[in-house]
Amino acid sequence: MTAMTYETLLVELKASGVLQVLLNRPDKLNAFNDTLSFELIDVLKQAEKNPEVRCVLLTGAGRGFCAGQDLQSRSFSQNDSERPHLGESIRNRYMPIILKLRTLEKPVVCAVNGVAAGAGASLALACDYRLASEHASFIQSFIKVGLVPDSGACSLLPRLVGLGRAMDLMMTGRKVSAQEALDMGMINQLLPSEELMEKAMAFSQELASGPTKAYGLLKRAVNKAMDTDLASYLSYEADLQEIAGRTDDFKEGVMAFVEKRTPVFQGQ
Amino acid sequence: MATAPMKCEQVGTRPYDFILAFQEDNIGIIQLNRPQKLNAISLDLMKELVDCLEWMDQSDDIRCIVLTGNEKAFAAGADIEQMAKASTVDMLLLDQFERWDRIRKIHTPIIAAVSGYALGGGCELAMTCDMIVASETARFGQPEVNIGVIPGAGGTQRLTRAVGKARAMELVLTGRMFSAEEALDWGLINQIAPVELYLDTAKELAKTIASKPPVAVRLGKEAIMKAFDTTIEGGLDFERKAFYLLFASEDKQEGMNAFIEKRSPVFKGR
Repeated sequence: MTAMTYETLLVELKASGVLQVLLNRPDKLNAFNDTLSFELIDVLKQAEKNPEVRCVLLTGAGRGFCAGQDLQSRSFSQNDSERPHLGESIRNRYMPIILKLRTLEKPVVCAVNGVAAGAGASLALACDYRLASEHASFIQSFIKVGLVPDSGACSLLPRLVGLGRAMDLMMTGRKVSAQEALDMGMINQLLPSEELMEKAMAFSQELASGPTKAYGLLKRAVNKAMDTDLASYLSYEADLQEIAGRTDDFKEGVMAFVEKRTPVFQGQ
Repeated sequence: MATAPMKCEQVGTRPYDFILAFQEDNIGIIQLNRPQKLNAISLDLMKELVDCLEWMDQSDDIRCIVLTGNEKAFAAGADIEQMAKASTVDMLLLDQFERWDRIRKIHTPIIAAVSGYALGGGCELAMTCDMIVASETARFGQPEVNIGVIPGAGGTQRLTRAVGKARAMELVLTGRMFSAEEALDWGLINQIAPVELYLDTAKELAKTIASKPPVAVRLGKEAIMKAFDTTIEGGLDFERKAFYLLFASEDKQEGMNAFIEKRSPVFKGR
């Protein structure tokens, strides 16, 4: 993990097991170009493979979190004779990121430091936990350029804020302030900007010292529950609990409970 | 991650190089063991596998067999480097698939426990088994078209019989991989389990089958296999004869008596 150098990301694995991933195109409000997309896919794969990574913290450099697709980047430029193939772009660049965030069996925390627009908003929605500063805002901007909300927004946003609110945000493309996002349940915490990173890191560290396997199984359970009937889900849940019950962390958790002390989880 | 440790005792006196053989209660477990090659099916591996299957088939103690790989790969096809230089006559004289035919003659039910890649020969090997239990991470496929050939160990026949013509055409002609979920939808596999549990799930299924009267299990398997290579008339005829034949077994008497007496049967395998 030490050898990871990226053009558009700043990545640092902390001793606590938190992998801090900083989207780093500040002059473009960290908008996605091809490089950023592929580097983000790569870093998430590395995070999955490396057992030292026990939590991912995602944030943006500068004043934005992520402004979504960079419409000036080459793959999106167009003239009358040549129309872009956005389907291909979604399949190759965005779909792997969103799927990996949802299926990565480690907690993914997101610190939204500024504007999160379009696919940038979707990126935040696909994380497991969202903290934001008062400078953060969320914009479902797709409709403004005649596109359908992508990168999972239509699936994830209604689950977070309810269908009515999600339709409002996606049809109007209006900007949602951090306070409104908190009120509607789109984010978990709203913090003063000077405290955002410190609190987000502290929260991530807490998750990184937790029972990592159980967090992973929990994500698997939630993913399953979101797209299956109750009976199938309950049967699946029994399997997952069987797996969790075999972990060292469960043994430690029970021992600590019995001995009235704080458990020390190894993530196994 | 590569090789899941087995809890059961290793059995057999044969010094296998490419497989591991185990017995747990009365099921046999064979693990393909070339993890650094994603369990690519070499001639030597197949030789050992068939030897072990035939040996387990002869054992009175083994009533169901689980064939597995590791989490990352059940088996990722044949050894392409071996085949790259071969001519038609080389392949004909080698007749490597003759050995595969012997798997069909095994009477003991075989369950493939598949995780990770089951590609080309690996997919065909899984389909040669009687049932398939897959992990959520399993990836099946017949990608031979990508290297200028077609499946050669039964892929076009067994896949077509399992999933139908249209799907088999698409899969063989595009060579695309397919997921465990697709395989389940299409009836190619029996069950899906989380990756941590797929082997346990396969073993559980094997133990259930192993607890049934072996003569009935054997004839049941034989009759189902008949369905693939005979007319409905011939198949029904075979089934009926096999059904009547079972009335000569002690286990039939025990099974029916136990049912009437409302107790659990104790089968002897006779």
